[in-house]
Amino acid sequence: MATTYRTCPISGMQFEDQAEKLMRWNAVAGVLWLLVGGVTALLVILTRWPAIKLLPADQFYLILTAHGIDMLILWILFFEMAVLYFASSTLLRCRIATPKIAWLGFWLMVVGGIITNVAIFQGESSVMFTSYVPMQAKPHFYLGIILVAVGALLGTCVFFGTLVVAKKDKTYQGSLPLVTFGALTAAIIATFTILSGAGILIPTFFWSMGWIKEIDAQLYRMVWWGLGHSSQQINVAAHVSVWYLTAAVLFNAKPLSEKVSRFAFLLYILFLQLASAHHLLSDPGMSAEWKVLNTSYFMYFAVMASMIHGFTVPGAIEAAQRRKGFTNGMFEWLRKAPWGNPVFSGMFISLVSFGFLGGISGVVLGTEQINMLMHNTFYVPGHFHTTVVSGTTLAFMSITFLLVPVLFRRELILPKLCQIQPYLYGISMGVLGLVMMGAGTLGVSRRHWDMAFSGAPFQYEWPGAAYLMMGLTGIFGVLAVIGGGLWILLIVGSLLFGKKLDGGKVSDKPTPIPVETQAASAVAHGSDHQPVPGTVVLALLLFVTFVLYYFVNWKYLSEVWLLS
Amino acid sequence: MSAILPPSDRLWWKQPIDKVEWAWIGIAFVWGMIMFAMMIYWHIYGKQNLSNEAYKTTPELFAAKAEKFIAENTIRTETDQDIPVVKVPAGGDGYLIARLWAWYPILELEEGQTYKIHLSSMDYLHGFSLQPVNINIEVIPGYEHVVKMTPTKKGTYAIVCNEYCGIGHHSMLGRIYVK
Repeated sequence: MATTYRTCPISGMQFEDQAEKLMRWNAVAGVLWLLVGGVTALLVILTRWPAIKLLPADQFYLILTAHGIDMLILWILFFEMAVLYFASSTLLRCRIATPKIAWLGFWLMVVGGIITNVAIFQGESSVMFTSYVPMQAKPHFYLGIILVAVGALLGTCVFFGTLVVAKKDKTYQGSLPLVTFGALTAAIIATFTILSGAGILIPTFFWSMGWIKEIDAQLYRMVWWGLGHSSQQINVAAHVSVWYLTAAVLFNAKPLSEKVSRFAFLLYILFLQLASAHHLLSDPGMSAEWKVLNTSYFMYFAVMASMIHGFTVPGAIEAAQRRKGFTNGMFEWLRKAPWGNPVFSGMFISLVSFGFLGGISGVVLGTEQINMLMHNTFYVPGHFHTTVVSGTTLAFMSITFLLVPVLFRRELILPKLCQIQPYLYGISMGVLGLVMMGAGTLGVSRRHWDMAFSGAPFQYEWPGAAYLMMGLTGIFGVLAVIGGGLWILLIVGSLLFGKKLDGGKVSDKPTPIPVETQAASAVAHGSDHQPVPGTVVLALLLFVTFVLYYFVNWKYLSEVWLLS
Repeated sequence: MSAILPPSDRLWWKQPIDKVEWAWIGIAFVWGMIMFAMMIYWHIYGKQNLSNEAYKTTPELFAAKAEKFIAENTIRTETDQDIPVVKVPAGGDGYLIARLWAWYPILELEEGQTYKIHLSSMDYLHGFSLQPVNINIEVIPGYEHVVKMTPTKKGTYAIVCNEYCGIGHHSMLGRIYVK
């Protein structure tokens, strides 16, 4: 198929015509789902805020179901499709494989997303994001998700195909760039995830049609979480790739060690899928041995991988900054970083939030026995709002500030507000996660309409601190929604009203990535080793926090009723 | 070069890893092993481990066993719904039914005694969330989970349902007395 290649004058990146259109449409569709997810977020927050309690129970559960599906599946998956096409076609400077199939995938995802949302808003499919059997939704609820999954699988295949095209057309020499390698990790995990999803949602769809009599509730939970948790691991691999991408574009940072960073991604592929167990630790159906081995990703190898990335990403930035001459003291490199650039500030807040809040709370939550203190409490959504929201979503938001001029050829409007947005969103979301975890530690349930238990035969009064935490959840939740809404306004506003930028030279042929001369690689080899003391201090701070918080929770556990 | 270009050294896997990176990998590895060992240690020496004893059952079978237990051990009824308060024999078996939208019956336990509490659901998933102790266990239809519990303090405890089970989920509140 005839196509053209545009070289962006700002970034020097090369966009193939079809891939560029696919990235734009996927990103825009993602933003629209984020808008729906954001409106539902506000309604959820205003209902769980005990002083307001906006919605009646039935509408609350309906809206909460929509919030989960639209955010965790639709917003993230559409954006990830754009990331996959970018990491393959753009970074490798080649044409995209089978664009028609990529478009088919896109439209399947759009149609599937709409069908599932119609099912939810019709009101008889308020089964939550997890849709645990034997609670039943309408058949089109499941059908929509299946279509989205098939569409995403097609997109993933196009990504794999594009890697083959680049290799065949020799648009690059040697190994894949690290960011593409990270995206490949995400795509491999995605394939596993989508197959798990198909393995449970197709039978569940049959069951809702009456073609299958029964699905075992425990089996459903195990296989469903092969989709539910593993899809969050796609996000981890994708946003870690985005961190490396940001570091490379803004600082020209190179990985401290290609070998270490790639090995860490490989550990994700090998072990992350075991995380289905995180959701089954308080279940009757699995043995303790199974739980211990799986919940720890086979002895914490995937945690080790995340700790490695948590070191090498800021380390790469520090090394690059020091090479530029910011060498005073421990932290000049960080102080003099471009904090006014939302691409950087968003990425760095995402890194800190994911490491300190999401990472640590996740490991504690996933400890077999400690899980009993937190299972199904408000701690769980608290945890994942610091991973998938102030981690993944914020990373995607910040990279979009880069993509607007480069991919959409528009200047950002209201640059002052663009500067503020990552701080407003990232910090309020981080605090939101913390106070949610606080409420969960006091026992408050997730997915629960009424802390006062109206209509119950007894009364139970939560501690005052729990109400305080829920009030703070309301306040910071609203702030976070404002921050998210601001991002949508800025991005959509820039796409519609931003000053048009020059698209750059268009050619019929891709320009391959130039092969570096032997001399250049000799310089890169070893001899320019740069110490990173600031990163070491940050990493040790993370480690100490991690160890303290981990053992504090064992202490809490030792104080409850005896169980055996 | 940078992370968005192919590695400048074609033989990147032969480059030596810096000492600081090795040290951090070492810390992460050892910490992972400690956390892994901690879970096993707690199974041997810890006093809070979730029971592995579970059986496949059906709502009918479980309800029959629970009704027998209630008939034999009820000491009084409470609330205008006359919910039976059932004294679980010290060291013996107690049954707790989760259903839309109630925990049934009320159990009465003694401090320091160990009980085998059988949990199952009649319909959807439910969540056994004992407050203010904050112990949380998933209750699944078709599975009878036998959890050994030893209350450590006297008082009136609430069982909140913390697995979403439909429109009346928020009113699903149970009670346990510890004398």
